[in-house]
Amino acid sequence: MYKLLLCWRYLRTRYIALASIMSVMLGVATMIVVNSVMAGFTHEMQDRIHGILSDVTIECHSLEGMPDLNDLEFFPPEGDRRRTVRERIERTVGDRIEGMTATVIVPAMLSYQHGGRWVTRQVQVIGIDEKTQSQVSDFGKYLQHPENRQQMEFRLREGGYDTRDHQTGPDAPERVEMRNAGWAHRRAKFAGQQLMPTGLQSSGPSENFRPDPFQRHQQMAARQEGPALAPAAAQTGPNENPADWFPPTDPFAARTPSSQFDPTRQTQPGTAVLGIALASFRTPEGEERFLALPGDDVQLTIPTAGTPPKPISDTFTVVDFYESKMSEYDSSLVFVPIQRLQELRGMKGMVSSIQIKLKPGVDAAEVRDQLRLKFPAAYYGILTWRDKQGPLLAAVQMETAILNVLLFLIITVAGFGILAIFLMIVVEKTRDIGILKSLGASGQGVMGIFLAYGLSLGLIGSGVGLVLGLLFVGHINQIADLLGRITGQKFFDPSVYYFYEIPTVVDPLTVAWIVGGAITIAVLASVLPALRAALLHPVEALRYE
Amino acid sequence: MNDDRELWASQPTEERTSTADRLLTGSSPGGPHMTMRPRELATTDDLVGQTPGIVPARKPRQVMTSSQLEAVNLTKSYQKGKINIPVLTGVSLSVREGEFLAIVGQSGSGKSTLLHLLGTLDAPDDGEIYFDGRRIDNLPSAQRDTLRNRQIGMVFQFYHLLPELTTLENVLAPLMIAHSTLSYLRQRRRHRRVAAELLETVGLGHRLKHKPRELSGGEMQRAAIARALVARPDLLLADEPTGNLDRATGRDIMQILGTLNRQENLTIVMVTHDQALADQADRVVHLADGRIGG
Repeated sequence: MYKLLLCWRYLRTRYIALASIMSVMLGVATMIVVNSVMAGFTHEMQDRIHGILSDVTIECHSLEGMPDLNDLEFFPPEGDRRRTVRERIERTVGDRIEGMTATVIVPAMLSYQHGGRWVTRQVQVIGIDEKTQSQVSDFGKYLQHPENRQQMEFRLREGGYDTRDHQTGPDAPERVEMRNAGWAHRRAKFAGQQLMPTGLQSSGPSENFRPDPFQRHQQMAARQEGPALAPAAAQTGPNENPADWFPPTDPFAARTPSSQFDPTRQTQPGTAVLGIALASFRTPEGEERFLALPGDDVQLTIPTAGTPPKPISDTFTVVDFYESKMSEYDSSLVFVPIQRLQELRGMKGMVSSIQIKLKPGVDAAEVRDQLRLKFPAAYYGILTWRDKQGPLLAAVQMETAILNVLLFLIITVAGFGILAIFLMIVVEKTRDIGILKSLGASGQGVMGIFLAYGLSLGLIGSGVGLVLGLLFVGHINQIADLLGRITGQKFFDPSVYYFYEIPTVVDPLTVAWIVGGAITIAVLASVLPALRAALLHPVEALRYE
Repeated sequence: MNDDRELWASQPTEERTSTADRLLTGSSPGGPHMTMRPRELATTDDLVGQTPGIVPARKPRQVMTSSQLEAVNLTKSYQKGKINIPVLTGVSLSVREGEFLAIVGQSGSGKSTLLHLLGTLDAPDDGEIYFDGRRIDNLPSAQRDTLRNRQIGMVFQFYHLLPELTTLENVLAPLMIAHSTLSYLRQRRRHRRVAAELLETVGLGHRLKHKPRELSGGEMQRAAIARALVARPDLLLADEPTGNLDRATGRDIMQILGTLNRQENLTIVMVTHDQALADQADRVVHLADGRIGG
């Protein structure tokens, strides 16, 4: 009883103990804030990665590809007949699958003209099925046209592309150039350029361009039948401008070179969705500047499927941008319709990977392991989304771990502060300790006073730190804004992080560990002073002045 | 002994007079503690006419029942650097139950050390101490703690109250130490009543909630006496209890001790350098050169 009473009185009368409470408090608050922000970043990143990648991917090692979903598989498991790929997957893990789609992925070069110069980028071209791609990943959500987000279509829209980042909301800076994106941009651009033909213009459909006969026919029909039939043609030909108002006697149109292709009224037979960072850059103020817009034509150079692969080039019209906010993807992915890519590469019916979306709550690693039994590892790589981004996620985890170690060292420093302050208090209280011993208090009892003291300091310090930390995390964006306003320097630069807000996730388990660790350190730091107090000789303590 | 009353009569009239008076005359309600412990009353023969406690150097373990505290040939020396300073060089002492013994010595004569040894706060280099026939100087520390807590009360020259606690809490401290938190809380009211009554008896009934620094020296010493008595000890050890007080207040304290000795039959061992104070005790021994002299 006297332990608690004295401990309480010491807490209330020794203001120097406030210093140790403060140090514990600050340590705990900092750890909670840093962990929450790190967890927020990790969570955001995982979310995005998971959104971009499907849960499980079956990849073919060869550039030649593997059979499409509805074709017979090449390598049936031993003792089984050949089935279609879809059947094989469904027989293995069908009950856990929500959707499947096939993709073709090839490395490629992207080139487009900006200000009279060619811009060339190294990219991954992904041939996707516009109908099923959004079933296996969040692909659709990252597009810039609202209708494309509803149902993806590889078609240039008249206009209506987002002028602000729809994922961030109305606070995002305006992307002024996107106002014109779509047909308006394309008409304006090519109307002017036809007077001064440029490389891009003259390149037209490339040498290797083997147009789809059907589409070719549509184009010719549209041109021959004139504007009166244009709307009807637009309904059947997906690449026609539905709102084509140019009269047939348009002087610019008449000057179109020998090619019958009219870029002001038609898009290229191939259309593409570019990763947004391929066509834009971000200024330090966080504004987006575009080098190309939906409506522009770009060239893709891709390897053919044969041996040895030969490069072929084709012109594609940009119909939308893809913005996942993972710069790795936004700056390297180009999506085109899968059939177009298959035709260009000469790999009809072959795909390079199959993406599988699992039902909620299904363990992806388990599905992966079961599929691995049926699809021989010599030909297929089967990976979960985590496997594919393993190094990145591991790096983030490592960073968090190291930060935690460093921050815990800070709390340990606070622990040494407690130790010093406690030793001081023990010296100051030497006579009181002697008195207690003369009254019959045992060494353990005296020790208990100081251990309880340390425990209460730890409890109070980490309790206040917990509240402070959680409050800070809860209002971190307002605090960052405020600090930014005061110092005139942006604390959180969106152009660096691709988030407009600081993401935070509070993990209760982590918080419990932090608080528990801080309390433990406070108690450990009070052991030495408490021992010293316990071992004081009562007579010497009583004599102490 | 008889000039107690005389001393008292010369006391200036104060509010505490009434309390002390009650103590003296025994007219006070006194509280249960005053009468609860049945004590074997010492006969006049025992109190008077006993030669000072010089006892044979080698004494059989079985000590007389009338001797409550017995020290046999105690030696104690302190190490200061390389020099060994002998403080006690063979002190033997016997205190009867209900006796008021004064040990007189110059400062530095080792009287405080002797008191610490008797109170088991320190251990002698050599020699033995018996309390109620039981050897206590070599007890394990836990048992010594219990002994100090329950059977020996101590009063010091500098009062030694805990500055963080109120007067009442200071008096309660030995009870808090004696009981676990739960059992203390269960009997809290009873403990508080006992302590409050005891403080009332020493004239501090109006000072229960005051911190020691708000009390005068005499009040602090009376609080210290109340604290020493709250666990109802058999033996009170007083180390210069009036050393820091003015004459009048010192007399006051001595009154209280004398009354306790007579009415409660409490054994008191007091050390002092003041012969006049010592004369108020039943028996006086002198400590010089580390030995008890006549």
